[in-house]
Amino acid sequence: MTNPTAWNAVLAEQIIAGYRDIQGAILPVLHALQDAFGYIPDEAIELVAQGLNISRADVYGILTFYHDFRRSPPGRHVLQLCRAESCQAMGGDALADHVRERLGIDWGETRADGSVTLLPVFCLGLCACSPSALLDGRPMGRLSQERMDALLDEVTS
Amino acid sequence: MRLRLFVSRDAGSLAVGAEEVVQSLTAALRQRGIRFDFIRTGSRGLFWLEPLLEVEAPAGRVGYGPLRPSDAEAVISSILAGGSPHPSFLGLVDEIPYLKQQTRLVFARSGKIDPLDLAAYRQEGGYHGLAKALALDPAAVIETVTQSGLRGRGGAGFPAGIKWRTAARAGAGQKYIVCNADEGDSGTFADRMLMEGDPFALIEGMTIAGYAVGASKGYIYTRSEYPHAVATMNRAIAQARAEGLLGPRVFDSNFAFDIEMRVGAGAYVCGEETALLDSIEGKRGQVRAKPPLPAVSGLFGKPTVINNVITLASVPWILANGAEAYRDFGYGRSRGTMPIQLAGNIRYPGLFEAAFGLTLGDLVEKIGGGTASGRPVRAVQVGGPLGAYFPPALFDTPFDYEAFAAKDGLIGHGGVVVFDDRVDMARQARFAMEFCAFESCGKCTPCRIGSTRGVEVMDRILRGENREANLALIEELCETLRYGSLCALGGFTPYPVMSAIRHFREDFMTPKRRCVAT
Repeated sequence: MTNPTAWNAVLAEQIIAGYRDIQGAILPVLHALQDAFGYIPDEAIELVAQGLNISRADVYGILTFYHDFRRSPPGRHVLQLCRAESCQAMGGDALADHVRERLGIDWGETRADGSVTLLPVFCLGLCACSPSALLDGRPMGRLSQERMDALLDEVTS
Repeated sequence: MRLRLFVSRDAGSLAVGAEEVVQSLTAALRQRGIRFDFIRTGSRGLFWLEPLLEVEAPAGRVGYGPLRPSDAEAVISSILAGGSPHPSFLGLVDEIPYLKQQTRLVFARSGKIDPLDLAAYRQEGGYHGLAKALALDPAAVIETVTQSGLRGRGGAGFPAGIKWRTAARAGAGQKYIVCNADEGDSGTFADRMLMEGDPFALIEGMTIAGYAVGASKGYIYTRSEYPHAVATMNRAIAQARAEGLLGPRVFDSNFAFDIEMRVGAGAYVCGEETALLDSIEGKRGQVRAKPPLPAVSGLFGKPTVINNVITLASVPWILANGAEAYRDFGYGRSRGTMPIQLAGNIRYPGLFEAAFGLTLGDLVEKIGGGTASGRPVRAVQVGGPLGAYFPPALFDTPFDYEAFAAKDGLIGHGGVVVFDDRVDMARQARFAMEFCAFESCGKCTPCRIGSTRGVEVMDRILRGENREANLALIEELCETLRYGSLCALGGFTPYPVMSAIRHFREDFMTPKRRCVAT
């Protein structure tokens, strides 16, 4: 897991300024902010709007349209589990039920101890080794329940 | 002696432990004092054999797979003994029937070379297409692409040459080439594999497109779910720039062209071309009404060619080998080759590039080996989450745009997802509606509201409430979605839903059903 820095408005402004000259900069800016801080806090909306000379409503609209952007900090680990058809055909639904039960959280939630955030994803392009997941950006395929349990032990310990 | 070893670093190979196998082999080879080079390639697409190790031998590369880290010692002994005996020994990789039966034009290099080794790319035929194109008049390049019969591989199947001609004739001034690499369909991974396994082919194809229509700037829009592809493409673009293959003087000519990567943010609908353009422009990824066509008024309001990865990556081969050579492959009006992706519950999952015209049954049963579970095949979804479910009774359908349309289906981007006899098709129909609701951009009412109503009606059917009346209602809703939606998300969601009802009606009539939680 990349270790996000605590929210820092000065750093955020520097990041935003780095994209000022490219056209349609907002998605790259929001990605960069999320990479740096792990999420996009509400204070960032004003800074992005000023930095890119667009309205706060526009920033808010974009932030809430795209599934990737988080408005609160994620857990120490992020598990993106594929829910799409190819993984369904290989028992993905049962695996997802198992994961949610073991972690005691539903899609989009973070465990109370802050260890892991569970996100649904619709296809990782790893369909030739379904069921699949990304754990902190690392691709995982042919996931059996046993293998998943081992991964969950690792991230929740 | 110095061993030359090849292991893929494709995300699909990494997902099943390629890195661990490389580490284990490295440690074992060092311990034995054997000298070696590891060349990290893209994937051959033979995913049931991954992690796959290839070893250079006098007669060609031999393979071992699928490997576990614990196989390292035994495999090294086998290599030193000339190839046998080891249970994972596959013999010459090029002779593996799955690979040998393919016609690899677009994926000729993937899995063979280090994807970032530009010299290897050129040695294997790379940049011949661009060199030929630059010696031609731009109009002649467009003519070649038109004559080849190349159609858009993203799913719509629109003739690439006609799109290019429209953009070329749209006056002078700024124009764009946009590569749609937003490959969101479940069961598809050809774009990802190409970007990770042969990124220069895409760069070369886009550069040819830029020259042909008079565009100086290209964008590749891909998914945040593809971090490895993004990293490989970025490195390849930087290299191409450093070598003068992108930039103000491409190949020392007066033609200027450069490419920028853009990464989406988890919105499936951005694979729709106009939503994709809005997303690059820094807006919500909402679909635009057409006309105007993007070729006339596209990105930032300028004439824009927007093509899929595979379409653009097919272009260098066409230029290098001629339109006729390409057109000679294929079936009916579907010319050339299609990288078909076999996924889901299938024994031999992977990428199978072949000329159009193979039957669905041959793909699933003969090439794919039937199900991975060993149970009977019950349903095959072709063309992603918006594609129809086909029963084995339709396995004689040839893989071709028109033949699939005639059976109320589509080939889409070439994904084939196999389900065994445990699948509940009513649940799959519900999922199609749920997916549409989750991914709808919200611009048009049928898709935004219809999909949510569809989930509710499906839930009633699953609970056994007024089944006949609710089935009639869902059919009517599908009509509305199909004819009233602005784009293929709402417009094609009826394909999986209606095909499930038509071919698997018994699943909608079973009384007991556990309620499906979202």
